[in-house]
Parts: sequence; C-alpha cells; structure tokens
Amino acid sequence: MKEVVLQVEGITKTFPGVKALDSVSFDIRPGEVHALVGENGAGKSTLMKVLAGLYKPDGGKIVYRGAPTQVAGPLDARRKGILLIHQELSLSPELSVAENIYLGAWPTNRFGVLKKRELRRNASAALEALGCGFGPDVRVGTLSVAMQQMVEIARAEAFSANVVIFDEPTASLTDTEKDQLFHTIRGLKARGVGIVYISHKMDEIFDITDRITVLRDGQVQGTVDTAETNLNQVTRMMIGRTLDAYFVKAKPEFGAEVLRVEGLAKQGLFRDVSFTVREGEVLGLYGLVGAGRSEVVETVFGVRQADAGKLFWKGGKIDLPTPRQSIDMGMALVPESRKEQGLVLIMGGRENTSLPHLSLFSDLSVMNRTKELATFEKYRSALSIKTTGPDQAVSQLSGGNQQKFVLAKWLCADPKLIILDEPTRGIDIGSKSAIHELIADLAERGLAVIVISSEMPEVLGVSHRVLTMSEGAVVTEFKGDAMTEENLIDAVSRHRDEAAA
Amino acid sequence: MSHTTDIRASSPKMTVVSWLLRNHIWVFLALTVAIFSLASPYFLTINNIGNILTQGAFIGILAIGMTMVMIDGEIDLSVGAVLALASALAIGLQDHIGVWPAVFIGLMSGAFLGFVNGTLVALSGMHSFIVTLGGLIGIRGLVFVYSGENALMVPDFSYTEIPEIYLGPLSLTAMIFFGLALFFQWVLSSTRHGRETYAVGDNIEAAHDAGINVKRHKIINFTICGTLAAVCGILLSMRLGTAEPNAGKIWELWTIIAVVLGGTRLQGGFGSMWMTIGGVLTLAVLRNGLRLLNTPNYVELMVMGAVLILALVLDKLLNHKGDTR
Repeated sequence: MKEVVLQVEGITKTFPGVKALDSVSFDIRPGEVHALVGENGAGKSTLMKVLAGLYKPDGGKIVYRGAPTQVAGPLDARRKGILLIHQELSLSPELSVAENIYLGAWPTNRFGVLKKRELRRNASAALEALGCGFGPDVRVGTLSVAMQQMVEIARAEAFSANVVIFDEPTASLTDTEKDQLFHTIRGLKARGVGIVYISHKMDEIFDITDRITVLRDGQVQGTVDTAETNLNQVTRMMIGRTLDAYFVKAKPEFGAEVLRVEGLAKQGLFRDVSFTVREGEVLGLYGLVGAGRSEVVETVFGVRQADAGKLFWKGGKIDLPTPRQSIDMGMALVPESRKEQGLVLIMGGRENTSLPHLSLFSDLSVMNRTKELATFEKYRSALSIKTTGPDQAVSQLSGGNQQKFVLAKWLCADPKLIILDEPTRGIDIGSKSAIHELIADLAERGLAVIVISSEMPEVLGVSHRVLTMSEGAVVTEFKGDAMTEENLIDAVSRHRDEAAA
Repeated sequence: MSHTTDIRASSPKMTVVSWLLRNHIWVFLALTVAIFSLASPYFLTINNIGNILTQGAFIGILAIGMTMVMIDGEIDLSVGAVLALASALAIGLQDHIGVWPAVFIGLMSGAFLGFVNGTLVALSGMHSFIVTLGGLIGIRGLVFVYSGENALMVPDFSYTEIPEIYLGPLSLTAMIFFGLALFFQWVLSSTRHGRETYAVGDNIEAAHDAGINVKRHKIINFTICGTLAAVCGILLSMRLGTAEPNAGKIWELWTIIAVVLGGTRLQGGFGSMWMTIGGVLTLAVLRNGLRLLNTPNYVELMVMGAVLILALVLDKLLNHKGDTR
C-alpha cells in the first residue's frame, strides 16, 4: 500500500431524519489531488466538514499521519495541518490580508497583545511562497474573489498544511484565474500536500486530479484512478439507478406553439440555447448540476439578464420580459429552492397561494378573504395537500406539501406555460408521484410544461421530449424511442469529452 | 492587479486623505466648530471647551462600550439603566459600607449586568436588541425598587470633590473618557480580543470556522459595555452628589447616535474609537452650541435628528460607493 497522509475509516454522520454519511472510507496520499464527486446531497460537504472539524462524526475514525486523530474544532484542524478552502470564502472583508490568513490564530504574547511584526512577516512569507501580487496590509474587502481565494490558500503555507480541501474552488473564477489556481494547486502538490478537490465540473476533475472518489446518498460508490476511467463511468457511478417509479405520461396531443427561444446566450452561463414548447407538451431539460438549466429558464422568465437571443410568445416576438410581465403573460416559474424563492414560510397556505396574484384576490387593494379561502380549498383538495387549515404556517408542512403549495400558487393564475425546476427534489415518494400525475394532468388540460430534473427516470418518465444540456449548451434533443438512459448519459458525457479535448 | 499598485504607491498625503475619508466625522466636527465659533463669541473660549469636553465625556464613556458591542454587530440598550443603578448603589451604600466599597459595588453591578446581558445574548440566540430592551426596562425598575421614587443624597459632600481635578480645561471625567477611549482603541487595533471583535462582527461564520469562541467573545464585550456604563454612573453621581432614579434616561439613544455618527456600522465589523471620539465630540459641540445660541429645546432636537441623517447619508456616499453588501 502506498503512503497515506489522511485516512478516513467508516465515518458515519446522521442528522435528524437523514443519514448524511454512511460508513464512508477513503484516503489521501501526499502529493495527490483526490477528487470527491457526487450530486447535490450526496454527502460531500458533510464529509469535508467532518475533516475540517466543523462536524463531529457519529462513528468511524480518522487516521492522520499514521495515528488515530480526533479533530476537536476548526482551529484544531488548521493547527494539525488540515485546511478547508470554503466555497463561500471564509474571510473578514474589513480585516487585512495578514489578519485573515491567521484569522483566530493570531500570534500574541501571553497577555493577548498582537505581535504585529511577526504577523506581518509570516503572512508576507506565505504570500510570497504562493507568488501573490498583493501585500499583507491590504484590506481583504478590496480584493477580487480570486485574490481572496489566494488569501485562504495562503493559510496552507502559513500553517504548513498537509491536507488541503478545496470546495468548488472555481465556482466564481474566470478562465485565467482558474489557470492560476491550478498552477497553485500543482505547486502544493509538488511539495507533497494531499489535496481533496470537490467540484461539479468534470473537465476540471479530469484535468487536475489523480484519483476520483464518488459519493452517492452518503455512501462511497468507489474510488478510481483518473487515468484509468472516463466520464461515462464516473457519471454512471454518480447518478446510479433509482428504482423505477410508476410514471404517467400525458397523452401526446399538442396544440399551437407557446414559447420559442432562439439563440439565448449569457456570458459564462450558457450559449446559443434554442428550443420550443407547445400546448399540451411536456419538455424535459436534463443535465448535471451546473449545466446551466436553471439559468436558462430563469432568463426566459426574466429573473436574469441575457446577452443575446430572441423570445417568441405564442408566435409573436417579444422583448425579454420582467418577472411581472412574464406572470401577466401567463408564464409561471416554480423555482428549485422553494424555501428561498418559492414560499414565505411564516405565512399559511392561504396567503402563500394568493401572494403572486394579489390583484386577483383583492377589491380596490383590500384583500378578499372569501375568494382567497375558496381558492385555497380548491387546491387543497385538488392536490390533496395535508395541512391543518388555511393559516397553518407552511414551515410546519412536509417538503412534499410545501411543494404542492408552490404549485398551487402558480396554478391559480391559470398560466399557459409552467416551468418546474427540480419539482420533486427532497420530497417523499408519495408526493413525488402525486406531482408526476399533476404534471400529466396539466399537459392534458393544454398547458405547456417544462420540467427540469437531475433524476433521469423522472425526466424520461414525464416528458414527451428531452433536451440534454451540458456546460451551458443544449447538446441533443431526444424523442420517442430515442429517449433512453443510455442515450442521455452518452449525450451529456460525450459533449464533455469533446469540450475537454 | 491594480489594487497592489494603488496601495503600495500610497504617499503620506494619500494616507491622510484616506484616513479622513474613513473618519470623515472629524471634518464634520471641524465644520460645526467653525460655524459655532462664528455664530457665538462665547463658544471658542477655554471655559466653554472645558464644558463641552466634560459634558461629552459622560455619553463618551458609554459610547466606548457601545462601540465594542456594535463592532460585534450587537447593541446594548440597557446602558442608561445600568448607569442609574450603579450611581444609586455608589451613593446609597456609602452609609453602610463606606465610600470606596460602595463605588466598587456600583462598578461590579455594571460588570455583572453586562455579563448577564452578554450571556443571555450568546446562549439564547435572541437578538441583543430584545435582550437589552428587557434590561432597559427591568433594570430601571430595579433602580426604583432600590431607591424609591426619590433621589438619593450623598451623606458627605466631599464625595463631589473627587472629580474636581483639572488639567487645563480638561476635567478628570474628560481625562478618564480620553484615557479609556485610547486604551480601547489600542485593544481594538493591537490585541487578539480586538481582532476577534472585527472578525465576529464582519463575518460571524468565518470567525466561527476559524475557531474563535464567538459566545465567550460576545460575553466579554457586553461585560465591558456594562462596566463602562457603571463607570459613567459613578462619575455622574460624583458630579451631582445625588442619584436620581431617572438618571441616564434615553442616554442609550444619545450614545447610539454618537457612535453611529462617528461612522461605526450598526451591522458590525467596522468602526473604531477614533470614529467614536469624533462622534461624541460632534454631538457635544452641537448640543452646547445650540444652547449657547438659545435655541429652543425642540428645535435642538430637530437639528440633531437632521444632522444624524445627514451624517449617515454622507457616510454612505463616501464609503460605500458600489458597495452592494
């Protein structure tokens, strides 16, 4: 067996109701870049938080440099030489670079007085070792994101880290900045630092890592040498196969075109996206997280700006709308994160349902409670929502029931096109099939429906047509018999192979 | 990497300008002093300057503790009530245990109440606004329970002579204010505790992730704030020779105004004692100057309100250009 700097053995971590990590084992060798991949919720962040001392594992052990180790807290982890570079950078913008490098571990005398000269000198040395172009006295808030990241990486130098964990480090970097980061990572690697690299971006993973460990549902699916695998295999390990649920597909009776998108593009997010959707049709958008699916529909709905592209609504060309105009035209977007974008959690079902269409439920700005209640009752029974009453705070409801209220609030305005972004993420099986039935029902009533999903069986099960997206571009369109899991996986991974080549 | 060149090329002149941009309250102070000097012949006299400094020192001492708490991103509304309790204890206990032990108990009452405030905030997760609002009302009630409705009178008036020490126009009270302000500026800029204060207020997640004991840290700053409120209360009792149960009422608001006027951010993470000294003096100059001009009380309040808003707008324009946070 090769030399190992950090070994994780059978780590288990349970949160109320979820087993986030289920007996996870893997190891990091000095001088290697080890990728940790998996879909959202696979347990990557939990695992790294355990390593960085932010979570205490329920079971299992961590062997660090040959000895079983307890990581008591974040500072302890750093002192031991295990460093986490956060995705949301963990810095104090008002403090200087030097103060941030040693955040919480400033050199002081025994009365707690800072040794400013030592702080500055050590920080300078760390910055120089990394080849940073800025000094230790600069206020961090004035630096660019990439420079701020370098400040975090400088901690690796300052604490002589043996293990550095990068969480989605390129999420907000430009291509040039990414190249610089990779240069830095290779520098760390050359000095024998073990690196854990977490990312959704497969091209990066194949570019910089030596081994890949795949997590799914809190379990390790396997560890493979990057040189001896390909994207197809890794993708399969990540997605796996869920047991086929029973899917109902709407009868394929399509009417007139509702929405046509031509050449929609936004720098850095997606490019040249074109598609159409007709009355009574369910269009699936499939791709891994980060492919740009949500960004595209958010742009169509008017939440985001586009650089280029044309929109046609019922055959007529329109300008990119504002969300208000979209709602008024008859478009509805049910966002992915219902807690952040979809529902006001302290309000009850009644108020949440009427929220986007207050004018429909008010007379001269005075809310009409009777109308509100009637609508609430209509959707409560139509969607069989389990709630104690119109005013029970939706925060007390299950994920599935919350999602139904999100749907209800958009349906009561009688939209022509409804866009569902990950409509069944995080909800139980029973509510899932209720929502699948609802999708079919909506289409049969003549609505155009766009469904975004990372779950392949779901996309295939409910859609009439599927577009695959990868790296911000629409790759292929599948319909009829061509709609198989094999084809979808191939389309997504082939594109990435080409892009990487 | 234009930032690097900017910062390395900064000349001493640039440093002064950027210091003034961050501490623009001092420009504002100079302006108000200039205006009142022209408006009233009595304003710029040694005697009056001494008055301003002494009057300002009381709010000033409160403001020092408030600055620590506010850089942490918290607030302490109970300082006025804590002040009243400390002053009542310092005077009321003199008959029983002697002058200095009474003063000591008064000080300790402030430290203890600050500790309780901090502990409640840190452990309950309630916002300090609510916790200390409760303190404001509850502690004031305690003062009335202790002293009844009447002012307590000092038994021996030599007590009121203790602060009668002057260094030119500077009274002992003012010296204590400046001494404490300089000391806590040093704490902020040169000690571990000071760095923690900025880190916690600026990005509490980062501070926690960096292993800073955020709870213990906040308790310490609330204790400092309570202790300083007691110091203020005791100095006030020495100056007046009495302890009124209503002493220090709404002083917490003047204190917050002084700190915010100085430029310390209510959201935390940003501020300094230099700013607070500037804010305290500006507030004192405004109150004093308006009185010298025989401005009616209600007009005074209107002017102060307008000035506060103006100062904050100015702060926004100068310091947060393109700042989306």
